[in-house]
Amino acid sequence: MTALAALIRRDIRIALRVGGGALIGVLFFLTVVVLMPFALGPDLALLARLGPAILWIGALLASLLTLDRLFTADHDDGSLDLILMSRTPLELACAAKALAHWIAAGLPLIVATPVLGLLLNLDGPSTLAVALTLLAGTPALTFTGMIGAALAVTLQRGGLLLAVLVLPLSIPVLIFGVAASNAAIDGPLSFGTPFSILCALSLASLVIGPFAAAASLRHGLD
Amino acid sequence: MRLSGRGLRCVRGGRELFSGLDFDAAAGEALAVVGPNGAGKTSLLRLIGGLLALEAGSIALDGGDAELTLAEQAHYLGHRDAMKPALTAMENLAFWAEFLGGVPADPAECLAAVGLSHAAALPAGFLSAGQRRRLSIARLLAVRRPIWLLDEPTSALDLASQRIFAGLMTAHLGGGGMIIAATHAPLGIVARELRIGDES
Repeated sequence: MTALAALIRRDIRIALRVGGGALIGVLFFLTVVVLMPFALGPDLALLARLGPAILWIGALLASLLTLDRLFTADHDDGSLDLILMSRTPLELACAAKALAHWIAAGLPLIVATPVLGLLLNLDGPSTLAVALTLLAGTPALTFTGMIGAALAVTLQRGGLLLAVLVLPLSIPVLIFGVAASNAAIDGPLSFGTPFSILCALSLASLVIGPFAAAASLRHGLD
Repeated sequence: MRLSGRGLRCVRGGRELFSGLDFDAAAGEALAVVGPNGAGKTSLLRLIGGLLALEAGSIALDGGDAELTLAEQAHYLGHRDAMKPALTAMENLAFWAEFLGGVPADPAECLAAVGLSHAAALPAGFLSAGQRRRLSIARLLAVRRPIWLLDEPTSALDLASQRIFAGLMTAHLGGGGMIIAATHAPLGIVARELRIGDES
């Protein structure tokens, strides 16, 4: 356990230092969401209707942006070799790295959501609903994205490949995330149904992600 | 404790580096793997560390900890130093001491042993190549593992550091450890040679 805690602490610390991924993700999220009202024009009703979708796409792209360094950074400097040779099972190490990534890069997006909701003419309860769906859904983005990151680890500039690999896995999360947000804002569906499926997607990816990532890291040994 | 490889075959990128390679190393013994560039010295170390898959042959460790795999009892010091530029020397070392498992030594003492006490609070990105190498060597001391796999360990080290490192290796061998080093330069310790890739 101390080994996993050490890994989580290290990854969070690196993400928060200069040049780390935490700030980059939030800034990208901010950029995407701030540009939307300028592109769509001053139609307040339209902005409020598209708001949850814009926030979700922003969060999805921001998490993809920082995910490609999840294993590549450790591969490039040789840390991955030592992680493979450690006494910690690789699956747990992968889960710890994904958890650290989510804390450092996913949570700030959720914290930023209320501020960005203002720009999209979302009222308090609506913003809260979107933030809640992001809280339940972003772990799924991180843990499925991790599989793509592990597959692309030995490739130079695997970032785009990662996006293509992960996209199909992210689509269900996006659909149910936006559906749950919209259901909470103006119905007519009940909030519970899509939200439960969103939680289920997160839980399933929490289990599958680390095993798939560890398997592809082992297979990609060079 | 005895590490032996029998009939090892290694293929990299469709090209056979070596085949039918045998080696033996006993506790307290250093093995220097020598050979021309591209002969497969690094690949041999990575095979032993479980970082490459064996094409043929077997590697066995007798008398080690039965609970642990060979890789979990070995330190690997590669070309890449596994140190994060954003973290300080001390943070890097403390992390590996905690993460690698086993009984960790005091990171401050390990830094002192390689003469890096003054740089403990410096981010690893600001260290010179030789200092980063010394930091990696400090990692070997941070957790005790009986087998050291060293890939060109003396590269970038100045003469004084090479002497310090030779002293550390001698102490490790004296404590029943084992060293397998791929090298072009003399290690500064008594080592048996394992020559690979001579034919070409």
